[in-house]
Amino acid sequence: MTKFNYTAKDFKSAAEVRWCPGCGDYAIMNAVQKTMADMDIAHKDFAVISGIGCSSRFPYYMNTYGFHTIHGRAAAIASGVKSANPALTVWVMTGDGDSLAIGGNHFIHLVRRNINLNLVLFNNKIYGLTKGQYSPTSDRGKITKTSPFGTIEDSFVPGQLVLGSRGTFFARAVDSNVKHTQEVLADAAKHEGTSVVEVLQNCVIFNDGIHDFVSDPKFRAERQLLLKKGQPMIFGEQEDKGLILVNGKLTVAKIGENGITREDILVHDPTDDNLGLQVALINMALPEFPVAMGVIRSVEGPVYDQEMGKQIATVQAKRKVTCMDELLKSGNTWTVDGENCSEPVKFFDNKCFG
Amino acid sequence: MKDAKVIELEEVAIRFSGDSGDGMQLTGTLFSDTSALFGNDISTFPDYPSEIRAPQGTVGGVSGFQVQFGKKKITTPGDLAHVLVAMNPAALKANAAFLNPAASIIFDVDSFNEKNFEKAQFKTNDPFTELKLDDYALIPVPITSMTKESLKDLELDNKSILRCKNMFALGLICWMFDRPLDYIEGFIQSKFGKKSPIVAEANLAVLHAGYNYGMNLQHMTPQYIVHPAPIEKGIYRNINGNNATAWGFIAAAEKAGLELFIGSYPITPATDILQALAERKDLGVKSFQAEDEIAGICTTIGAAFAGDLAVTSTSGPGFALKSEALGLSVMAELPIVVVNVQRGGPSTGLPTKTEQSDLLQTLYGRNGESPVVVLAASTPSDCFYFAFLSAKIALERMVPVVLLTDGFLGNGSEPWRVPSMSELPSITPRKAKNPETFLPYNRDPETFAREWAIPGMEGFEHRIGGLEKNNAGGVNQDPENHHKNSMIRAEKVEKVADMIPELEVSGEPEGDLLVIGWGGTYGHMISSVKAMQDAGKKVSLAHFNYIKPLPKNTAEVFSKFKKIVVCELNLGQFASYLRDKLPEFQYHQVNKMKGLPFSVHELVENFEKLLEA
Repeated sequence: MTKFNYTAKDFKSAAEVRWCPGCGDYAIMNAVQKTMADMDIAHKDFAVISGIGCSSRFPYYMNTYGFHTIHGRAAAIASGVKSANPALTVWVMTGDGDSLAIGGNHFIHLVRRNINLNLVLFNNKIYGLTKGQYSPTSDRGKITKTSPFGTIEDSFVPGQLVLGSRGTFFARAVDSNVKHTQEVLADAAKHEGTSVVEVLQNCVIFNDGIHDFVSDPKFRAERQLLLKKGQPMIFGEQEDKGLILVNGKLTVAKIGENGITREDILVHDPTDDNLGLQVALINMALPEFPVAMGVIRSVEGPVYDQEMGKQIATVQAKRKVTCMDELLKSGNTWTVDGENCSEPVKFFDNKCFG
Repeated sequence: MKDAKVIELEEVAIRFSGDSGDGMQLTGTLFSDTSALFGNDISTFPDYPSEIRAPQGTVGGVSGFQVQFGKKKITTPGDLAHVLVAMNPAALKANAAFLNPAASIIFDVDSFNEKNFEKAQFKTNDPFTELKLDDYALIPVPITSMTKESLKDLELDNKSILRCKNMFALGLICWMFDRPLDYIEGFIQSKFGKKSPIVAEANLAVLHAGYNYGMNLQHMTPQYIVHPAPIEKGIYRNINGNNATAWGFIAAAEKAGLELFIGSYPITPATDILQALAERKDLGVKSFQAEDEIAGICTTIGAAFAGDLAVTSTSGPGFALKSEALGLSVMAELPIVVVNVQRGGPSTGLPTKTEQSDLLQTLYGRNGESPVVVLAASTPSDCFYFAFLSAKIALERMVPVVLLTDGFLGNGSEPWRVPSMSELPSITPRKAKNPETFLPYNRDPETFAREWAIPGMEGFEHRIGGLEKNNAGGVNQDPENHHKNSMIRAEKVEKVADMIPELEVSGEPEGDLLVIGWGGTYGHMISSVKAMQDAGKKVSLAHFNYIKPLPKNTAEVFSKFKKIVVCELNLGQFASYLRDKLPEFQYHQVNKMKGLPFSVHELVENFEKLLEA
């Protein structure tokens, strides 16, 4: 039973969508709109905030409140929005350049504070809007216009950054797998605190196919580990491989070999505060490992915007000063009423102040 | 040494000075509060180093606090002190240039030894002769040893004992100026009484020891009488500029029926604003200490988008970091207030010293045509009203407002007749009313202010951003549209002139010299202009609080004087702005870049020269 009966279409604005044909952003927008429709929250209570970059045009295409801000600052502006009004449902649409380069500081502090909003990180490992320069998630050696001989720096792994910032929620998805992206976004939306969803997104012009090896649906079963809460971490066309711990290290084991059975395979629990294992899952990379997809971490923690409200309520319950007039007259004051004293003159006695 | 006597004075300036760990700021503040409670008008000037604890005994580590109080209206902390309290030779050296010719110098004779002379880089063992202070009233007081003596029965370590030295000096000064001790006693009790009764006891004992020392040795120390000032009736409190600013915002939020949000990052000398607001959870203030200056303003912009009265506080370097985001609030037309408590620059500059050198940064320091409203407060207490007014303008005109104060105002304090809320004008935020006709950039035809629809309001869903836009908030980069919008944004700021008062002149509306000042120099400007007027000179003052837009009658005021001089603590920024806005006048300049306020004396000297020329 829903209140609004929204469909994804209800969240589309009249603005013409101007992403390049074939851009991964279309699929992500569809997933987000479907998720929002399912959330059954009124349009008026959504605020979609973005920074600068291709993905950051997002708010213009949404039929909600939206704010397309400045490069790198979406996380900070959204923090202000949510702190000012915790009743709003706040989404941040951002990219690898926006959040991990120029806005890196705001990103980690948003995660650390655990403000209750959803951040979708469009990771295409390139600067698209400025036409093809390497980003903080570009792989070492990547040749771009600003690295004609290859980059000489290592990339961020977004999930590591989130967990290193004491993040309570991190998930990963692939743009082309709309159904899975939507499932992950729905979990993110339910999470109390900052939820970061990294979506591997294809830039069809400047970095086409960068995620193909991982995302190709034909090899999905072999190359991706679709994590599900309470399920063993099994993958492969034949569901014949799984993850086990050997001497504390995550290892791929073949079920049926060396006495390994399904029961030996690790069971995924994103709600367990097990940073070590979750970072190991985030770090898994081909060819040794499949790439982990889905909700990797989802734990509870104090939520900044809620704490702010609670603190104000606690202080107000015992307050001595209830309004400005009382504050002005509180503490060390004295009365001047001598014979040689004049009548007070109001500061705003000029008529133009109304 | 002079004999004891009772001297009646109109006004007195006292400078407390010692190591930055000696507690001089507290001593000065307690004495100021006591004097204000006594009924004197006061003005204070804390002058402290940027290092928290510079090497002990060095001139660089000297922390000072000057207070002037009197039986008449006090507008400045005084150019030169009548009494100096010097806790060590370095304090004497650092302040020798700021003393009245007949000043009394009370010094801790225990600390005037060879080791400390060396630390303060005196060449001889006679600092007074070296500084040419022989003719001053030198009052040697064994502050350290008397403090130790009076605490010998308490079980306190040496460090804690020495920490009470400032109370001895305070007690002595209270005796000299016939101040009651009850306020200070109450302060000590409430600060230490519960946590550490022995520390409270020690401080009280030393305070009384200092007071009694003055009484017992009357033959050495003069006693002064300064009568209460005849001022306006009402309830008074002492307030510094930063607290007044913070409270002005709370008052504005209450008046506007909005919640108050401050997003800010600590920076000297503006931090007190954030602290004062963080303290007011009882009044529902949402304070957000951001990860950096940029996040300070960005959270503020977010809160304004979400419908709060949203403000941020900073100083010069932080203001520079906020520039891009301030441009966003210009483009998005969101009501925010940015306070810049100016300090010496450029770069890190002189963090604890005052200056007015961020004016051009405020007016022009952003990319694009990016006009904002600029106001400047002129006394510690009127920071309250200008903070209130900044919020009113921002909310009623949907425009970012920058309020300029400075370190001198922010840290300086004065007694203030507190207003009641009913004395303050109404604030009517431009909340959107009709979803049928609403577009985010539809404007009031008179003021060009847009309407404010905030997330959560049914039927007003819209998108805004930093890109050039059409009335619906959608992206529009057509040449004609950008040109038109640029004109509108500029005109919208100019139209604020309709809601601000005309420029007032202190003195005759015409004459030989119009002295122009702006912001925090007001006290010194009015004192110097009054001195000229008392000497029969045709000099008047026009002091600006409204910088952008300028009051409508500015040119008319200027046209009535033979000469105009613009005085400011920079190299001529307001003068250059006036030359741009009103090029038909010739502007002389008085400028100072010493990290210090003007002195009345130097202003008068400059004005006299101009009149003679």
